[in-house]
Amino acid sequence: MAKHHVSVTLNGEPTEFLCSTRQTLLDVLRDELNLTGSKEGCASGDCGACSVMVDGRLVCSCLVMGAECDGKSVETIEGMADGEKLHPLQQTFLEEAALQCGICTPGVLVAAKALLERNNNPTETQVRYWLAGNLCRCTGYDKIVRAVMKTAAEMRGGA
Amino acid sequence: MAADKPDYKWVGTRTIRPDGHDKVTGRAKFGSDFTLSGMIHGRVLRSAHAHAVIKSIDTSAAEALPGVRAVITSKDFADQPSELAAAGEAMVNYKDMTRNVMAREKALYDGHAVAAVAATTVEIAEAALELIKVDYDVLPHVIDVDDAMQDGAPILDESLVPVGMDAKGPTNIAKRVEFTLGDAAKGFDAADVVLERSYKTAAVHQGYIEPHAVVSSVSEDGQAQIWCCTQGQFMVRTFTARLCGMPASSIRVTPSEIGGGFGGKTVVYLEPLATMLSKKAGKPVKMTMSREEVFRASGPTSAGSMTYKIGAKKDGTITAVEAEIRLLAGAFPGSPVQPACMCAVAPYDIENVHLVGYDVVVNRPKVAAYRAPGAPISAFGAESIIDELAKELGMDPLEIRAKNAAKDGTKAAYGPTFRNIGYEETVKQAQAHAHYTAPLGPNQGRGVASGFWFNIGGESSATVNINEDGTAVVVSGNPDIGGSRASLAMMAAEELGIDYSNVRPIIADTASVGYNFLTGGSRVTFATGLAVVEAARDAVRQLCERAAKIWEVDAEGVIWDDGHAKPASTNVGEFEPLSLASLAASASKTGGPICGHNAQNVQGAGPGFATHICDVEVDPETGCVTVLRYTAIQDVGRAIHPSYVEGQIQGGAAQGIGWALNEEYIYSDKGTLDNPGFLDYRIPVASDLPMIEAVMVEVPNDRHPYGVRGVGEVPIVPPMAAVANAIENATGVRMEALPMSPPRILAALDAARVKQAAE
Repeated sequence: MAKHHVSVTLNGEPTEFLCSTRQTLLDVLRDELNLTGSKEGCASGDCGACSVMVDGRLVCSCLVMGAECDGKSVETIEGMADGEKLHPLQQTFLEEAALQCGICTPGVLVAAKALLERNNNPTETQVRYWLAGNLCRCTGYDKIVRAVMKTAAEMRGGA
Repeated sequence: MAADKPDYKWVGTRTIRPDGHDKVTGRAKFGSDFTLSGMIHGRVLRSAHAHAVIKSIDTSAAEALPGVRAVITSKDFADQPSELAAAGEAMVNYKDMTRNVMAREKALYDGHAVAAVAATTVEIAEAALELIKVDYDVLPHVIDVDDAMQDGAPILDESLVPVGMDAKGPTNIAKRVEFTLGDAAKGFDAADVVLERSYKTAAVHQGYIEPHAVVSSVSEDGQAQIWCCTQGQFMVRTFTARLCGMPASSIRVTPSEIGGGFGGKTVVYLEPLATMLSKKAGKPVKMTMSREEVFRASGPTSAGSMTYKIGAKKDGTITAVEAEIRLLAGAFPGSPVQPACMCAVAPYDIENVHLVGYDVVVNRPKVAAYRAPGAPISAFGAESIIDELAKELGMDPLEIRAKNAAKDGTKAAYGPTFRNIGYEETVKQAQAHAHYTAPLGPNQGRGVASGFWFNIGGESSATVNINEDGTAVVVSGNPDIGGSRASLAMMAAEELGIDYSNVRPIIADTASVGYNFLTGGSRVTFATGLAVVEAARDAVRQLCERAAKIWEVDAEGVIWDDGHAKPASTNVGEFEPLSLASLAASASKTGGPICGHNAQNVQGAGPGFATHICDVEVDPETGCVTVLRYTAIQDVGRAIHPSYVEGQIQGGAAQGIGWALNEEYIYSDKGTLDNPGFLDYRIPVASDLPMIEAVMVEVPNDRHPYGVRGVGEVPIVPPMAAVANAIENATGVRMEALPMSPPRILAALDAARVKQAAE
């Protein structure tokens, strides 16, 4: 079957790719565009390791088809830092040791950034429910939740 | 306990991990992130039967499909003799290992690999799987450990000869183990109270978020390179070499970053298949498991069934413990029943102990190590019955633990006499913690439990290379599963007296560093840490020799202090100290490169003890249990990087809470796994948990230069009983089987209400 020619804005850059009908956005990012920061933990939308933003909406990229992204804006973990300057969430995750193996970290960071863009002063409960779709097996979430809340406080203070 | 803490510059600080930036930017390469040009894709055909004879496999149609480059079955692997090899904390038998990676005579569980295909695309490989015809003779199956031990149970392996016992005929019991201390009968005679209870635990999966993945490339000359996510690149080399009939020297294994393992990546699954496919196809082959394959075909841990009997005097002195612990091993022998028995009552000083364990095969995937293998299962029973005993005696549950606590000099039932242990301290700190006396509301309860894990040492090799600009590279060979690069670099920086940021820790492939036993047993910061410290000291010795050469004095006259060579005393002479950087810069003129090295089989692992406090609220309408507050107190020896030690404690406790409340393998009546996905196999999510307070007690291990004890495993041992004890405290209902999921809690509450109404 002929491949689909898809144009997207990827981390701010106009990008084109060809994909088959059955390729998910996650497949496209990893296999066609060589952006392997988004991870496949389940391919069923249960683990959140593939979290990306599509037109400003947090999605599991394993549940979005590549072909349906034509004309859309896609943001991945690779676009989170500004050149050499880490996003405050990335920096705080390092300082607070909010990662162990690191496989869930890109998805958690993308999801946490989406939260802080909507709510710059989340409660612990709000952070926990927002991140409930991002499985982490290493940390018990304690340091992740603390890092997100600390970043929110710092970003509010700096604004 | 921190009073004696030496004044370290790096050890004990919260540095930024060396691999951190790569992991927060998506740059870090995990198992399935690796690709090679010309690579093709492998897929595995798996049995949908729990137990079936494989009469024949016809691969001709698959081989004829355009794009298919290779098809393999067990015929491509030479059979292996019965011979044991160490894998993590368990032993594995090569005869079983080759059958587990590819079924031979029989398919023994739902998900058992029966054939594999490599093709130019994933789609073609998957289409080819459907063209493989397997003629099965389906047999009756057995899933439950107690069922499998009954006479007349379906037998997995007619030729199985049990170890440690006589069998009248074919059996599923692979091994019987026994540990005896004192005389249990005498102990029960001396008891004022004797309780006997039975407990069950469900099989749970390690649940790492990263599925198994490998790329294997075998050249025409037989040289192979393997990239994979594993807890041990040397283990992958050894096992792949053996199963594929290749010399170890022809296989170079490079470990990727590893997205969690918890023991589940201490064995091989895909690596021999990808290597054999690559050999046959003449192309690099990539294989990745789906989540469903991870659940169906990679190692969960055992389900357990056990009976405990405990006797005590009125004052709370435990006089005897007797237990029978039955663990399922999956399709091949090798459950962690031995460590389960050894750890069962290890936190206690009990005069009379008699423990019997059975290792039982059933039609499930072969179990793999899971964080303190076996100990959480036996501890669920032991720590539950001790709680019941405390209630029976009207004693505080921490008081009874304190009264019977193992101390230095206590003879453990499994053999050794403890020394330099911190169990009592964990109980004392639990008693003193504000959590223990905080008020509780309606439907709320509090439970405590303790746990023990041995920790291990093992073979480690490390090199510390001094660079020409005064920085250093630490080369070691253990995949960094949770921040060990940071702790290794910190210890090296401490020894060398240079800035932590100037130490680059590298996890080397199997051709670039001496042998290292895998990452497991909570051994890396302890054992490989020791090798790194010794390698750094070797480099320091060389640096001192260079200074001696420059000063024209004896090497013994030079000491190393704060990153500088200095004269040991004024008798040696008056010399300006020489920095590591200046000695490194002049190395070519004073004898050449400075490379410290150390390789040893590290002994002296310090055992780990923990005591946890858990508060729950039980919803009487739904049976849902919410963990409200959790405090985990643990003797950590000395925390090299406190944040990552806390992280181990928090993560272990969270896994234990999942094991307690939700996680289980659910089988259909056909013996197929009904919940092979994260939606139905529910690991704890962020909204399920409270903050987990990690309290680090530091009783330094006197057999390590920085006092390190393994910390990663013991935190998963206490949680299941701590949660069960809290539920009992909240409701008066004792849960004797895991998981304590809402339907089971509700059923137990209903039964209690009916009973109460009848009375």
